[in-house]
Amino acid sequence: MTNTSEAAVSGTAVSDGAPVVELDNAGKAYGNIRALHGVSLSVHPGKVTCVLGDNGAGKSTLIKIISGLHQHTEGEFLVDGRPVRFNTPREALDAGIATVYQDLATVPLMPVWRNFFLGSEITKGPWPLRRLDIEKMKETAGQELRNMGIVLDDLDQPIGTLSGGQRQCVAIARAVYFGARVLILDEPTAALGVKQSGVVLKYIAAARDRGLGVIFITHNPHHAYMVGDHFSVLRLGTLELSAARDQVSLEELTNHMAGGTELAALKHELAQVRGVDVEELPEAEDLTATATATATATKDGAA
Amino acid sequence: MTQATAPAASSSSLPAPPAAQKDGRTAQRSLGRRLLARPEVGALIAAIGVYLFFFSVAPSFRELGSLSTVLYQASVMGIMALPVALLMIGGEFDLSAGVAVTTSALTAAIISFQLTVNVWTGVFVALIVSLAVGAFNGWLLIRTGLPSFLVTLGSFLILQGSNLAITKIFTENVASDSIADMDGFEQAKSVFASEVTLAGVDFKITIFYWLVFAAIATWLLLRTKFGNWIFAVGGNKDSARAVGVPVAFTKIALFMGVGVGAWFVGMHLLFSFNTVQSNEGVGNEFLYIIAAVIGGCLLTGGYGSAIGPVIGAFIFGMVNQGIVYANWNPDWFKAFLGVMLLIAALVNLWVRSQATRR
Repeated sequence: MTNTSEAAVSGTAVSDGAPVVELDNAGKAYGNIRALHGVSLSVHPGKVTCVLGDNGAGKSTLIKIISGLHQHTEGEFLVDGRPVRFNTPREALDAGIATVYQDLATVPLMPVWRNFFLGSEITKGPWPLRRLDIEKMKETAGQELRNMGIVLDDLDQPIGTLSGGQRQCVAIARAVYFGARVLILDEPTAALGVKQSGVVLKYIAAARDRGLGVIFITHNPHHAYMVGDHFSVLRLGTLELSAARDQVSLEELTNHMAGGTELAALKHELAQVRGVDVEELPEAEDLTATATATATATKDGAA
Repeated sequence: MTQATAPAASSSSLPAPPAAQKDGRTAQRSLGRRLLARPEVGALIAAIGVYLFFFSVAPSFRELGSLSTVLYQASVMGIMALPVALLMIGGEFDLSAGVAVTTSALTAAIISFQLTVNVWTGVFVALIVSLAVGAFNGWLLIRTGLPSFLVTLGSFLILQGSNLAITKIFTENVASDSIADMDGFEQAKSVFASEVTLAGVDFKITIFYWLVFAAIATWLLLRTKFGNWIFAVGGNKDSARAVGVPVAFTKIALFMGVGVGAWFVGMHLLFSFNTVQSNEGVGNEFLYIIAAVIGGCLLTGGYGSAIGPVIGAFIFGMVNQGIVYANWNPDWFKAFLGVMLLIAALVNLWVRSQATRR
């Protein structure tokens, strides 16, 4: 079962060269709050590294360090083997690291093409008359969006008028176009329906096949397992699991993700709550059955 | 499990061939709606309405000389309204813009008179001071993260007080000394405050500067990188920063742009009247903001144009003079302006909801 999927993925994975981005025991403290501690992670070209974790596990802090919004306070952050410290997102972009943020980092009232090139505008002409090369930008944006399978009738419409899925795709297309080497996706499927999630996963695979190193942040182990080559599970700011695809099954991943021991405790707790609320306690077997059913439902809901 | 891996396996054939057909749900927006998406359209309709109104009720409003007066009124206000509008599109206010004009004029007058130097020295020093005031506002805003309302309210009071106090130290009076007989005055006057005769009617030179500045501002806003950044820092500062826009540079530059506007208008007033009243300018900052809002700039930033405040200032000029030509009590002017502002705000709200409708 695991073998078939392994073959499918390794067939498309391109190279196993040196890591582009590497974290070595990196951490981040905000004052005396340690948001992230001792996290090691490597991103290889043509591979998808999935970072999983529940809310508050430190996923966002991790990508903020790599994308240059925040700086790490311990350990090392290496790009092409050299230690770096990005002070602004601009520096990360210049190093070929592009991020698709959860809020998509778009300006709603600006046209699609202006959003696409925001911060990396193409200009022409000598200095006092240096101006935007609007035709070229519109053409490139349209072309890149079509490559991603998105057809917009009017690139001049404000990006705020697009649907959530379309905006997500524009943000990914932009990151793929500018990222060149490493693409970070912060929970791209969190707000999407089943079909749109599938589309986003296809883009992730497409970006991987183009030789990009992808960091895919998610709290959905099913989505992660479809495209991932390596899985890192964060819990309370530390690395709980770091395993290659052939070392872990979807069930194990889900279990780590949902916190297997916590689920057992939850089961027990639910049973107790039941016991308090209902005056006539149900039979012991009924109780266990209900609790298990509830726990399973919770698990599915999380997925 | 097999189902789960299926998309991954099929993904190896991606990217899929681009679908040439449209997906059918996004209909081409009609020409009317695309026109309405322009920020200044509401103001243009209002301007035509106001013009026709005064044209019909005030016979003297129809003369070319009246047009020259209206345009002059509009230009002095409109030159400042341009950088204020750009700043507003960039998401900030400048409440010190009104008194900053007086500060600039006083600086030039006092430096020239007290040091007995060529007035151009004073003009140059005034430019430096105006830029410094703008840079200070911007720097304080970025540095502290306080809202621009507070930061510039502070600098408004500082400038207003300093204007009065410093002028009194040097002249023992509330007005600056006249610099009309100083070296370079005539030359500077011809640059900042001369007149051009067209078809037998005198037009103040500020009218032409105003239109040239508006053209430059439009070009800056729509055709340059910096213009893109202005929209972005006003529309969503965090997103702008995340994609690599230099937010601090953009905002400080916008405040310094207001400084340049204040300097230019200050020089015009100084060389028109030879002297400056140190208590002038208070309240004008709101007129600039009103012109920008009537012109379709969004108060919260991220949306607007440079043509809009030109039309806004023109409406201001027409109402201001039209009331006089119609022989009404000019006391009503502010009330009229307030009504215009509210109507403009409502029209803009409606226009924008039409423009961004899916």
